[in-house]
Order: sequence, then C-alpha cells, then structure tokens
Amino acid sequence: MQRGDRIFSGLATGSGTFVVVLIGLIGLFLLLQAIPALLHDHANFLTSRQFETDDPNALRFGILELLEVTVEVSVYALVLAMPVGLGIALFLTQYAPARVARPFAYLVDLLAAVPSIIFGLWGILVLAPVIRPIALWLNAHFGWIWLFGHGNVGPELGSNLFTAGIVLAAMLLPIITAITREVFTRTPVAQIEGALALGATKWEVIRTTVLPFGRAGYVSASMLGLGRALGETIALTVILSSSSKAFGGSLFDGGATFASKIALSFAELNNALSAGAYIAAGLVLFILTFAVNALARWIVSRGVPQA
Amino acid sequence: MSISTPPVDAPAVKPAFRSISPARKIRNGVATVLVTASFLIALVPLIWVIATVLIRGLAPVLNPNWWLQSLNGLLARQQGGGVYHAIYGTLAQSLVAAVIATPIGIMVAIYLVEYGGRGKATTRLSKATTFMVDILTGVPSIVAALFIYAVWISILGLPRSAFAVSLSLVLLMMPVVVRSTEEMLKIVPDDLREASYALGVTKWRTIVKIVIPTALSGMLTGIVLALARIMGETAPVLILVAYAPYINFNLFSGNMASLPLLMTVERSNPTAAGSDRIWGSALTLILIITIFQLIAAALSKLTAPKTK
Repeated sequence: MQRGDRIFSGLATGSGTFVVVLIGLIGLFLLLQAIPALLHDHANFLTSRQFETDDPNALRFGILELLEVTVEVSVYALVLAMPVGLGIALFLTQYAPARVARPFAYLVDLLAAVPSIIFGLWGILVLAPVIRPIALWLNAHFGWIWLFGHGNVGPELGSNLFTAGIVLAAMLLPIITAITREVFTRTPVAQIEGALALGATKWEVIRTTVLPFGRAGYVSASMLGLGRALGETIALTVILSSSSKAFGGSLFDGGATFASKIALSFAELNNALSAGAYIAAGLVLFILTFAVNALARWIVSRGVPQA
Repeated sequence: MSISTPPVDAPAVKPAFRSISPARKIRNGVATVLVTASFLIALVPLIWVIATVLIRGLAPVLNPNWWLQSLNGLLARQQGGGVYHAIYGTLAQSLVAAVIATPIGIMVAIYLVEYGGRGKATTRLSKATTFMVDILTGVPSIVAALFIYAVWISILGLPRSAFAVSLSLVLLMMPVVVRSTEEMLKIVPDDLREASYALGVTKWRTIVKIVIPTALSGMLTGIVLALARIMGETAPVLILVAYAPYINFNLFSGNMASLPLLMTVERSNPTAAGSDRIWGSALTLILIITIFQLIAAALSKLTAPKTK
C-alpha cells in the first residue's frame, strides 16, 4: 500500500472507531461525574421522589417521580401519535395520487424542521387555552379515572401533561411517518396485485399485504419516536409547570421529566455535587434512550424484509 | 320422500363476479376517510404553528432595527432594539459545529462504505460503528450537553462558552451527516471505482477524485440540512452558555445570545415587548432555517453531476 493510501484508510478507520468510543465515553464521563453526588445522596436514588440539591451537604435526590412523568407523557404522546402516523404513512404511500405524494410528504417532514422551542411556546400560549374546554370536560365526566383526575396543576391551567403530550405527539409524527412510509413503499408489488386480482378492496389489500409486510418497520419507527419523546427537552420545559404536590399519575398533573428538570435547574448550579445529581439523572435518561433505540434497531434488523 | 330440485331458471353455477358486499364497501370507505383524516390532522399543528409565528412575529421583524441592533441597555418593557446579537450567536455556534462535524462525519461514512466491507464481508468494527451512529442519532440533546459539560467544564475546568455549545452540537450533527453521506456514497456505481482501479489509481485517490465528486451534490444537501436541524437546538445553550443582551463575537469566552436562548430568557418577561421579542425571534429562526433549506435545494441542483 502507498503511504497516502495508508494515511487515508487510517483516518477513515479512526473516525469509525471514534464514533464507537464516543458512545462509551459519554456513558463513562456522565458516570464519573455522577458518582460523587450519588455517594453523598441522603435519599434512595431509585425510589425517592425528592430532588433537593440546593445544599451540597444535604443532597436528597431520587429519580422515581422524574421517571414516572417522563414515561407517562412519552407513552401518552405515543398513543396519540401512533395511529395518526400509521394513517399518514398509508395515505402517502397508498392513497395519495403519485403526483402530490412527494410534496405532501415534504409537508409532514416540515413538522420536524420546526424547532422544538417554537412548538413548546405555541403549545403553552396558543394551544393550551383552546383545548381547555376538552380538558375540563374530560375531568368533569371521567374524573373518577385516575388518568383524568384533577391532578396537581389541574385542567384549568394548560401547563400539564395533557397539553405537553399533544405537542409531543405532533413532534413525533414526522419521525414515525418517515420510516413507516419507507417500509410501506417496499411492499412487493406482486403481493398487492395478487390481492387486487382476488377482488380485494383497497382496504383489504392494505390489511393483507402492506400492514403485515410493514409491521416491524412501523413498530420500530414508533420505538424511535418513543426514544425521541423520552429525551425531548425544551418543549416540555416550556409547557410543564411544577407543583409542590406529588405526581399522582393524572394527565392534569404537572411535574418534570428527566430532560426538563435538568434544563430548568442546571444553569443556576454552582457546585459540582449538585451538578452531579442532575448528571446522574441525565445518565439514567441516556441509558433509557440507549435501550429504547437499540431495541428499535434490533426489531428493524430482524423483522424488515429487504427488497 | 321427495327430492327437491333446484329451480330450473337459476344458473347451475353461481356467477364468478359478485358485487362487493355492503359491509366490505363500508369498511373500505371508513378506512379511506380515517387515513385521509390522519393526514389532515398532521397539517393542523404545522399550519397553526407557522400561522401563529407569522402573525405574532411579523411586526417586530419588519422593523429594520430588528436586524441591526441588539437588546443592549433596553429594559424588559421597552419596545425596540433588535436581535442581531442572537442571530450572530445562532449562526456562529452552528457553523463552527458544522466545520467540526462535517469532516468527521464524512470520514466515518467513507469508512463504512469504502473500507467496512459489504454484505457478509462487513467487518466487526463497521457493524459496531453503524450501530453506534444509530444510537448517537437518538441521544437526547440534553445528554449531549451534559456530556460536554462533564468533559469541558467539570474536568478540563474551562468556562461556559459558545464553543462548548458548538461541541455539543457536533455530537448532534455528526450522525446526521454520516447517514446522509453514507446513502450518497452507496449509490455511486461500482463501475466507476473499478474503472479507476483498472487505470492504476490508488484507492484513496479514487475516493477523493472519483467517488466524492460523484456524490458531492447529495452530500452537500445532507450537510446543509443537518446544519439547519441543529440551529434550533435549545438544550445545549441553556446548559453551556449564559445569555447576553449585547453582541459578543468571541466564541471562547463570555456570555453569548442565540435565538433559542433569547426566547427562553424572554419567557419570564410578561410585557408586550417580551412577547414581540419571543415571536420575532421565532420567526427569525424559522426564516434562517428556511433559507438554509433553500440553499440545500439550490446546492443539489448546482452541483449535480452532468448527465447527457
């Protein structure tokens, strides 16, 4: 091999290795910074609902409530976004005329180009007052279900999970749609034509060929959306307000997710121990998103037939 | 015992074509309606958000001072001033990130496509790299910011600065560059590479002189789109740099504004001036992102390989 060749291939391989090492470094450095704070934690890190970090000598922090809020708002957003995302992907690949499918798809992708802070501000200042009657109605009629209970923020104010989840769902749509759409377009034409030849209606064609073929892709796209939702920071920071009362699992509760808690308090920290408490929370978030994303990729690699 | 005979005038075999039963028709119709409706639902937030930003943000943006002044010395309730300090911050931080992320991203993509082997011959490292790029794509921006905080500020002891923001944006931009570049390199026909080898050209010269120029148009588009994507990131600026209402050209020290940071800071300003600044900045940010997307589209047209 020539010298130029050796240098170039070394650079390329080095860059590849760098990416692999980088992920390890992220985990390692977060862990290193979190350990001192964890050792000085006077509460149980996994089961405590407190997050008091003002006094570095009396740290009391746990992730239970952050985890509950993060998971509830993400799952709620996913429940809203999954059926709509599936519908959009079907519309763009099966229903929309070929001529307009591309510009329509571009419109959906534009949703991903809007910065999340703008989504957050729109959610709390514009959307929340509009959906308030729906929130009040749900609370009045279904308040006996814990999900629609009064909560610590209440349906009157918009700064609760109810608003946050809807905004988050809008942000997940382009993610779920993009991958699902790609898988759906790979459905073998022979299968579709076969179903049509047997006299199937359009919906029956989709149910018998497109959906079974694309199921794995759809599930993994939704998992990627979940990963995105778990880590979404600024939209939720802007929307959710915290309350002194504990989180009770209602959609009309406020609270903080891992990401919004860190974003909200981190700038004011002035000592390494308090910062370590938030870095520990960040580490849990990193592990959580790592697991969800890895699972999503695994489903793709197992389940999606290559065309 | 009587033998029932079928009616003589009915056909012995039922006709092959039957009209679709009402139940199937209804189900098909319902599906069509639902699928179309879900597309329309997706348009609601998009149009609503853009309309809100336009309506509330247009007035402040139309004032020429918006683009030429900073908010230095202005009280929270005072109208006027501009955001050029924040526009500078947004552009500088993301462009520096792009300058660092692009070469690394391109080299990773070159490794994956040209050196990592394909199909069964894919090397272990190549598989691991692909997986880790996927994971990196999913790393939340706040985690990327915390990582840079841990390394840059806690361990190296350097102050919060705009450059730290750029570093965390590198983490967010690089995987996007890798993905788009990889797609583009993959569609370069192998014939071109083999023709080059046959002429005795070395591998790295083939990549630099043949493969990259062929893929350049798509690569540039991907890079500019990735750049547009990181401009609106807010989590890193919240953690890694403090807001300044005045211009600061120095990336390595001092406070620096950026459009997302300005918006979060003005959130605590309940006056009309605060609202103007928030929505004006939102519109400015969307305009800048749109301009970069248009640049990406133009680049892909301009640099597309000439075909006869």
